[in-house]
Amino acid sequence: MSDQKTIVHVGMADLNVAGPDGVLRTMGLGSCVGLTLYDPVTKIGGLAHVMLPSSAIAKEGQLNLAKYADTALPILLNKMRDLGASPQRMIAKMAGGAQMFAFAGAGDSMRIGPRNVESCREGLAMLGIPIVAEDTGGNYGRTVELDCTTGKFMIRSVQMGIKEL
Amino acid sequence: MDVLKEVGNIGAGHAATALSHLLNKPIDMAVPMVQLLPFERIAECVGGAEQLVLAVFLRVEGEAPGNLFFIMSPEAGKNLLQRLAGIEVEEGGMFSEMEQSALCEIGNILAGSYLSSLADFTNLVMTPTVPGLAMDMAGAILSYGLIQFGEMGDDALLINTTFLEGHNEVEGQFFLIPDPDSFTKIFEALGVPLENE
Repeated sequence: MSDQKTIVHVGMADLNVAGPDGVLRTMGLGSCVGLTLYDPVTKIGGLAHVMLPSSAIAKEGQLNLAKYADTALPILLNKMRDLGASPQRMIAKMAGGAQMFAFAGAGDSMRIGPRNVESCREGLAMLGIPIVAEDTGGNYGRTVELDCTTGKFMIRSVQMGIKEL
Repeated sequence: MDVLKEVGNIGAGHAATALSHLLNKPIDMAVPMVQLLPFERIAECVGGAEQLVLAVFLRVEGEAPGNLFFIMSPEAGKNLLQRLAGIEVEEGGMFSEMEQSALCEIGNILAGSYLSSLADFTNLVMTPTVPGLAMDMAGAILSYGLIQFGEMGDDALLINTTFLEGHNEVEGQFFLIPDPDSFTKIFEALGVPLENE
């Protein structure tokens, strides 16, 4: 065992998983949600940078499953199971879903942040995975990191500094 | 692509003139860049997803809807406030409500001139919504303008025009991200035949 941690970057509308020495990171979450799953026993973690609530609104030919809350979640879970994580032990932490700009009478697409959060919650509830911590909403951007060694979820923002959940 | 470059040129050209009048000094403009970029790379245009930027955002409504951002560094924002409104901004820290409102208005003027010249050029109706201002991570801000594209794919078309002042100091950037459906309308309005989608 070495102390060297492997930082795994997860881009927008992307997802990835990591083992016990990995740190999963995604930067600049606005209305997107950084959704993480973690198995505390095997110390396997997964992170998805969810951009849209539901694949039902997709107009694209080839679906990028990591982009939508409803499709990203099962994939993340399967990928972690392939590494040896148990879905029964999984806990979820998430952050993001902000509303970056406030407008009066804003249309539905402007409420995308809260809708992303709701959709993630519904998906997790369906799979029976408890949400143990979340830092969602607000009007500011976040960078999040899941340390798979400890299961700690770190959230960094310009206005609020660093927060650990 | 050249047509879209011209679109960026005309819009930003007028906005640059407006800014130059406001500041009473010459403002140069770089040749617009028109690129189809994956979401990931869009924030890189302003220095990475975590880069702190000041942004005025307007949703464009009308016949060719889209998202328009005027982005500047917090320093450039302070400079603007000082020169235009004589407001001395304290070092560090955030902008006060008054300062934010002033910045928002400056962005609004520039974006308005960008849009109205574009509307004249294309003969399409384009109306700006009330602008919003945010100072935050570039990734968080720009992703907001990509939602409409998100339903279509993983790339967005960006018309990026940079404003430069005297010593090549970047004064600000205009990002126009037309909605996916708007391209056809812009092309049609300009009489450019569409080869294929």
